[in-house]
Amino acid sequence: MASIHFNGVGIKALCACVPRDVVYNKDLGYLIPEEEIEKVISNIGIIERRIAPDDVTASDLCYKAALQLMAENDIDPESIDLLLFMSQTQDYRIPATSCVLQNRLGLPKTTMCFDISLGCSGYLYALSTAFAYASLPGINRVLLLDGETFSKIVNRRDKVDWPLYGDAGTATLVEKGDYGPSSFLLNTDGSGENTLKIHAGMRNSITPQSCVEREQEDGNIRNDLEVFMDGMDVFNFAISKVPRCVKQLLADAEKTVDDVDYLVFHQANRFMMDFFVKKLKINPERVPYCIGKYGNTSSSSVPLTISSELVGKLDGTKNVVLSAFGAGLSWGAALLQMHDCKVSPVIEY
Amino acid sequence: MNLNQFIEHFADLFDETDHDLIKADTCFKDLEEWSSLLALSVIAMIDEEYDVEFKGDDIRGSNTVEALFNIVKSRVG
Repeated sequence: MASIHFNGVGIKALCACVPRDVVYNKDLGYLIPEEEIEKVISNIGIIERRIAPDDVTASDLCYKAALQLMAENDIDPESIDLLLFMSQTQDYRIPATSCVLQNRLGLPKTTMCFDISLGCSGYLYALSTAFAYASLPGINRVLLLDGETFSKIVNRRDKVDWPLYGDAGTATLVEKGDYGPSSFLLNTDGSGENTLKIHAGMRNSITPQSCVEREQEDGNIRNDLEVFMDGMDVFNFAISKVPRCVKQLLADAEKTVDDVDYLVFHQANRFMMDFFVKKLKINPERVPYCIGKYGNTSSSSVPLTISSELVGKLDGTKNVVLSAFGAGLSWGAALLQMHDCKVSPVIEY
Repeated sequence: MNLNQFIEHFADLFDETDHDLIKADTCFKDLEEWSSLLALSVIAMIDEEYDVEFKGDDIRGSNTVEALFNIVKSRVG
C-alpha cells in the first residue's frame, strides 16, 4: 500500500498560467442540440475554457507560471536542485521537456530534471515525488511544473470530451522548511486501462491511417491519436474510489472532514464533485471550484484551483486535502499541513 | 428490494418526463429526456440508494427499467 508520510517539507509558493483565448460552451451548437446546451452546461458546470493557440504548448504555460513564481518570491534560479515536468502533452517524444525547461528558465546545469507522465491524478504523484526528493540530503528546492494542453489531443467533434477540457500550466515550489506532517495515499487499477485511452503509440504503431478521423461510438468523431473516454465507467470508478480514498487518508491521520480547511478536487466535472461533497458530508464552502472558468485541465486542475480560488487563504497553518483521479486507472489523495503558502493569482499567456 | 421503489428513484432523476410514463417495461433510452448525463445520474442513484457499483456496460446492455433493477438486485449484498 502506497501510504507515504513526510515531515519538514512543504509547498512554499504556487502559480498558474492559462491561455488568453476563451472558448464558450454556449457556442457548442454544432455538437450538441441547442435545446440541450444549457442543461449540459449546468450539469458539467463548465461555462468557458481556455484553449492554447497551435504554437503554445503546456511547457510554455508552465514556463510563464515558473517565471512569475520565481519573480514574486525572489527565487534564485541557482537554488533549484530538481525540476519535474508532469504532463501527457509534452513538447517532444524525445527529449524530456524538463530538460528544455531547465535551459529556458536559466537553471544551473547541476539541476536534476525529469518528466513524469500520468493522467489527471498526475499532480498528486508528482507532488509526492517532489516531497520525497526534497526530504533527501542534497536537495533543498524542487520546482514542479504541471501543465496540460488537452485541446491538442481532443477532437472538436467528440461530444463527450470536447465540452470538458481546457488548457493550463502551473508551477509549484517545494522545499525543506518548518512544515508539519503531510501524507499521501496513491492507488492504481490497470484493469481499467481502456476507460480513458489514446490508442496509437508503440503498442499500436502510428501510421497514416492513425490520423484519419472516423465516426466512433454514439457518432463521436476522432482519430487514433486523440483521447477516448468512457464517461460512464470513469464516473462509476470515481464515485466508488474517490470518497473512500479521502476518508481513508483522514482516518489514517486521525482526522475528520471537519478538520479540513480546504478540500481541492481534480476539477473533472461539477456533477461529479457535487456528488463527492455530498458523499463526504463536507461543508461545500471548504471545497473550491474553478471548473466554471477553466473546465477540466487534467492534472493541472488541482494547482490551478488553488491559484484561482485560494489566493491569500493559505496564510498561517491550514489543513488541505488534495484529491485526484484519472486514466490508468489511477487515483490518490494527499493531506498537507500547509504553512504560509504564497499563492499567486492566475496569469494569462 | 422493491421494484416499485426502484422505479420511483429512477423516475425522480427526470425533470421533464411525466413520471407516469416510466414503468417496469419502459425502454428508458427511448425517452426524449434520456442522455449520457442522465446515465451518470442513474449510476449515482444506484450507488447512493443501493450501494451497488454500476458500469457503463450495465446501462448499455439494458433496455428496460426492470432490466436495470434486476442487475442491481443481483448485486445487493
